[in-house]
Amino acid sequence: MDGLNIPLNHILLVSSLLFAIGMLGLMIRRNIIFILMSLEVMLNAAALAFVAAGAHWGQPDGQIVFMLILTVAAAEVAVGLGLVLQVQKRFKTLDMDHANRMQG
Amino acid sequence: MLEIVLFYIAATVALVATVMAMTRANAIHALIYLIVSLLAVAVIFFLIGAPFAAALEIVIYAGAIMVLFVFVIMMLNLGEKGDKQERQWLQPSIWAGPAILSVVLLIELVMVISQTSGPVSITAVSAKEVGLSLFGPYVLAVEIASMLLLAGLVGSFHLGRRYLERDNLEKQGGQ
Repeated sequence: MDGLNIPLNHILLVSSLLFAIGMLGLMIRRNIIFILMSLEVMLNAAALAFVAAGAHWGQPDGQIVFMLILTVAAAEVAVGLGLVLQVQKRFKTLDMDHANRMQG
Repeated sequence: MLEIVLFYIAATVALVATVMAMTRANAIHALIYLIVSLLAVAVIFFLIGAPFAAALEIVIYAGAIMVLFVFVIMMLNLGEKGDKQERQWLQPSIWAGPAILSVVLLIELVMVISQTSGPVSITAVSAKEVGLSLFGPYVLAVEIASMLLLAGLVGSFHLGRRYLERDNLEKQGGQ
């Protein structure tokens, strides 16, 4: 698998496009589930950039950072979905704007 | 040559699937598009010489994390009413402003990336090297990741447990 000739530029381009789509989704959505999905897309795009850079230098560090990103994404989703259940329970809606005050 | 063609196909699939996922009204449909996008990114990982990362992407992202989403959407049980509300929230007047601004930022990013010199080739990194590095110089990061996972476990257990307990209490009160 040595000497793969996929240009690094294009991988970074795909990664930044994915990141921009994720950021757009984060801004245009009000449903908490879609906001969490957009965060997943953004983390995934960052991970793609790390793996591509690691492949460019021929070092394993990129894939290790990818694994750390995977851990962060898993922990974030677990806590975030717990919060989604609480918001739905308390406000009877998934609209983010209803949960902007920290009342008990 | 083949891998370049495959890379462009996988990249197109990933981008299209992500756009579709971000614009669906139904959460389950969006989730399935998102899984397709993650699988396409796994193909890209495989093509750029990171087979271990590709396997992790499929097993953990497309497998475990997306199943969590599916369970929560099933528990919420939104149905047709949720779809109608989503369509109402997805008016162009709402998302036009953020879209223009983030496209401007994207154009800047693309310009910066394309300024770097021509085709730069990449080399494959085997799973053995990753493993040796993970439990060599990066062993502290593994410990920190395990503590983060423990914190996530405790946090989600706390939130989910209160959700279930209140449900039971209300049912008992109703009887």
